[in-house]
Amino acid sequence: MADLEPLRSRSLAAVAAAGDLDQLEAVRIAALGRKGEITEQMKTLGGLAPDARRAAGQALNALKDEVTAALEARRAALETDALARRLAADRIDVTLPPRPDAEGRVHPISQTIDELTAIFADMGFAVAEGPHIEEDFYNFTALNIPPEHPARQEHDTFYLPPRADGTRLVLRTHTSPVQIRTMMRDRPPIRIIVPGRTFRCDDDATHSPMFHQVEGLVVDRTTHMGHLKGCLIEFCRAFFGVDDLPVRFRPSYFPFTEPSAEVDIGCSREGGQLKIGHGADWLEILGCGMVHPKVLANAGVDPTEYQGFAFGMGIERIAMLKYGIPDLRTFYDSDLRWLRHYGFVPLDVPTLAGGLTR
Amino acid sequence: MKITLAWLRDHLDTESDLATIVARLTMLGHEVDAIDDPSARLAPFTVGHVVSAVQHPNADRLRVCVVDTGTDRVQVVCGAPNARAGMKGVFARAGTVIPRTGLLLKAGQIRGEASNGMLCSAYEMGLSDDHEGIIDLPADAPVGQPFAKVLGLDDPVLDVKVTPNRADCLGIRGLARDLAAAGVGRLRPRDVVPVAGRFPSPIGVRLDLPAAVAGACPMYAGRYVRGVRNGPSPQWLQRRLLALGLRPISALVDITNFFTMDVARPLHVFDADALAGDIAVRPCVPGESLQALNGKTYELDGEMTAIADDDGVVGLGGVIGGEGTGCTADTVNVFIESALFDPVRTAATGRKLGLQTDARYRFERGVDPASAVPGIEAATRMIMEICGGEPSEVVVAGAEPAWRRSVRLRNARTAELGGLPVPPEEGQRILEALGAAVQPEADGLTVAIPSWRGDIEGEADLVEELLRVHGYDAIPVVPLPREHAVTRPALTPAQRRAGHARRALAARGLVEAVTFSFMPGRDAEHFGGVAEALRLVNPISADLDVMRPSILPNLIAAAGRNADRGFADAALFEIGPQYADDTPHGQALVAAGVRAGQSGVRHWSAVPRPVDVFDVKGDALAALAALAAPVESLQTTTDAPAWYHPGRSGVLRLGTVALARFGELHPGVLQALGAKGSLVGFEVLVDAVPLPRAKGGAARPALVLSPFQPIVRDFAFLVDDAVAAEAVTRAVRAAERKLLSGVRVFDVYRGAGVPEGRKSIAVEVTLQPATATLTEEQIEAVAARIVAQVNKTTGGVLRS
Repeated sequence: MADLEPLRSRSLAAVAAAGDLDQLEAVRIAALGRKGEITEQMKTLGGLAPDARRAAGQALNALKDEVTAALEARRAALETDALARRLAADRIDVTLPPRPDAEGRVHPISQTIDELTAIFADMGFAVAEGPHIEEDFYNFTALNIPPEHPARQEHDTFYLPPRADGTRLVLRTHTSPVQIRTMMRDRPPIRIIVPGRTFRCDDDATHSPMFHQVEGLVVDRTTHMGHLKGCLIEFCRAFFGVDDLPVRFRPSYFPFTEPSAEVDIGCSREGGQLKIGHGADWLEILGCGMVHPKVLANAGVDPTEYQGFAFGMGIERIAMLKYGIPDLRTFYDSDLRWLRHYGFVPLDVPTLAGGLTR
Repeated sequence: MKITLAWLRDHLDTESDLATIVARLTMLGHEVDAIDDPSARLAPFTVGHVVSAVQHPNADRLRVCVVDTGTDRVQVVCGAPNARAGMKGVFARAGTVIPRTGLLLKAGQIRGEASNGMLCSAYEMGLSDDHEGIIDLPADAPVGQPFAKVLGLDDPVLDVKVTPNRADCLGIRGLARDLAAAGVGRLRPRDVVPVAGRFPSPIGVRLDLPAAVAGACPMYAGRYVRGVRNGPSPQWLQRRLLALGLRPISALVDITNFFTMDVARPLHVFDADALAGDIAVRPCVPGESLQALNGKTYELDGEMTAIADDDGVVGLGGVIGGEGTGCTADTVNVFIESALFDPVRTAATGRKLGLQTDARYRFERGVDPASAVPGIEAATRMIMEICGGEPSEVVVAGAEPAWRRSVRLRNARTAELGGLPVPPEEGQRILEALGAAVQPEADGLTVAIPSWRGDIEGEADLVEELLRVHGYDAIPVVPLPREHAVTRPALTPAQRRAGHARRALAARGLVEAVTFSFMPGRDAEHFGGVAEALRLVNPISADLDVMRPSILPNLIAAAGRNADRGFADAALFEIGPQYADDTPHGQALVAAGVRAGQSGVRHWSAVPRPVDVFDVKGDALAALAALAAPVESLQTTTDAPAWYHPGRSGVLRLGTVALARFGELHPGVLQALGAKGSLVGFEVLVDAVPLPRAKGGAARPALVLSPFQPIVRDFAFLVDDAVAAEAVTRAVRAAERKLLSGVRVFDVYRGAGVPEGRKSIAVEVTLQPATATLTEEQIEAVAARIVAQVNKTTGGVLRS
């Protein structure tokens, strides 16, 4: 058996010299292919004596393993090089913008209704609704606003044409008629809020012929003005996100409540900037009071047995104060610039657990 | 209502300062809207001594004056005829803003003479309409000091918002009484001592009211005063009225206005010599008219109350007097009227005539029914003091209406209703301070209500009085008791799903709008029209005159406005009401939207396309899915309402019930609405979507996962052009119900290889085996059934 050393060094040198995968394959065939040098050597083993054959066989197998390992190592190295070269050429400009997604907005009125619903829900209120086209009885008479009451004139009512019986329907001037409808339908205890559209025949810089109110009504045997204060103070502080917001109850007059109050919250106007919270000024935000005994009676609830409170506030007004929206009339303009600026992203669902406002 | 601090102090003996009084008024329910402290506003205007006044060299009517301001001497060119050396006037330095005009006074040259300030008239100061000359201050006015103090114009004026129930507080005394009850000083006594009549009134009074309208004027008191001297009223009275924004007219008229403001007792004075015969109160006769004191002539009708003499109407009861019988500077004999007029009639009269007066304002809220005769006595006294004269006896027709009543207040009630226990003694003190006569009993108070408090009717009113005077601040804050430890849902399922639809649509890129429930009637005709019953009688404008039958027109208009601002790619939606009739059931909740322009912004990797029907079909389906409608079971029909393009619109139905409609909007409708370009829109009829049945709990059906791979096969069918894709997919579903898990149209092709009038619809069908891998034979059998079913129902054949 000839010395294998020259074959070994020649084969390993050829592996090391292979510049790409094709050359490497040629080297493999030349060494280990069917007619390769090492293969040819293997074929000669059959003519050797058993002892010599064992020794030569071992030597050849060792050589074959060594060359195979060298081939594999070289292949891996060449593949890594090739990938690196390909990746080096394979570049895109990742500073380009991604494909655009259209994301819409939720109107501030809807968002505000969701916020106040979350707060009042936590105080046990359910949401009630009622028709916008309303009978005079529910909108006025049952609420202790008889015909020719001066308060009727202040309501600037929209009227629909007279019906065959001479009566005429109105667009509800407040959400209060739903108080009557609820009391006539359900038995106490009652705890509802009524957010919704309201209408007044008034159109100037600070009035809109349509706007939104939220009404509240609690009727049971024991609720008194202290509860009214407790409920609305909690609401104001939660809604505006000011834990120590000053809230003031001031006597006032509404035909459907007795005693009646208007509610002011603290604010400051330093430097022309309105800020809700502690300050020198007060800002009126809602009207409320204990439900007038006549209103209870008109709705079929015995005022000697039941009592409760009611309140009403403008949804746009509290939204304007909270979100710094300067102009009421812009709410209904559907100006995309305004809606994108003051609107809310759809996943911003107000909850008490997660916080009302992001 | 405006009051001045000094006037208030006439009735209220108090040491309290302005700030305290304002704070207490507000917390008594009399919100102070504004405080005008003229001493601050008028501070820049000082007493100036005119040292010299010489004829202007270049102007006949002008004088060149030198004014000693107390610190320097300033030359002023003045055009006032009364400017003269030695007088004291009101000096304004250059740089001051003139109250009446709001103009900045500048230094300059007037016809070549320097003028560095101004001598002011009462007109320029906003004090009166008199611009005949400059203000002539008393000789002892201190030079350099603010002139306001010299003229007594430093009395702060409060603008108080008196609530409509407190007619008594439309007189300053009413506010003073409330303040006194709340501990801000002591109400000064006001005893009206009657003035003895010295002769019978030559003018009689009578009520000529039919029984049905007897309430129009329950009582009319009159008095003749002869030999008065009318003329300008004294300075103190003029100043009072001016401070409240009333123009002084003459002593007699000013006196009536004084009592209107002082004690909410409207009065009227006639020039007795202009009256013919007696005074009668009667309904106006249609056709009559009155030339009123404001110079205007009013046509009267039978619903109004006339004060008449033998010649006709001389006044409109509770509203205004007549010009021809009013007092003038020459009046020597005066007839005073102090009456009661019905609030409703007075309000209706004023509204009908568009006439607001201080008298109407008080009568329509209710004047103290016991004040007619005391009012005339007080007026007589002041007339005699200021104008002299000799009074007749008082003549009265009618009588005080019944006003005496008692209301019981249980001791416990203030705590039960008001949340604040007020001891009976304190309650009694408060109510007595408010003028009530209180009779304490074992368990409550019996309260005789004073004549001027027509607003107090029941126990709740008395609770309010106690709380109000005691102070709402004292009511303890009590949390509303919780019914449940864990909050229950506030929303009904219907309310909740509407919120889901809102956020689903917003998540699809649509921006929520809130538009009016009204719209222009002419545009509504294109959206199914509007019943007469939904046309507003008094719309705010012709463009907002009907209740909308659809939300779309408002959104179309909104898209147009945005396009005009340069934002053509509008995607807007609204979830709100539409109105089919005037009943509660006619109001339906609809989720509507429009898309205009391009599908998106321009982007380097993709070109946007114009929005189309399938954008809004997707919107409608997304909203329906959010409303939990069974969207897989819906059918699309092509009978959308007339405001949609007839060939490019559809209706999504559950069975026969329409749940939504979508499509291109009709070009004719868009043109009529003035909309440019094409628009696509949708309307989801929220109320039509059935609410899911309340099944047991929130558990989902068990999930069955097949271990076998789904098989996907594509089929291309040649069908007539008129065949709907949905007909093909429906046929595919009908052919194999068990294995089939999905059908999707992935290509629609017309052109080479497809005969004219036909199209190729390619569908991808997914089969999901559940129990074993499908054999080729099984798959072929399903495919054959699909081909046969499609052929049977649509005439389609497999495209080779």
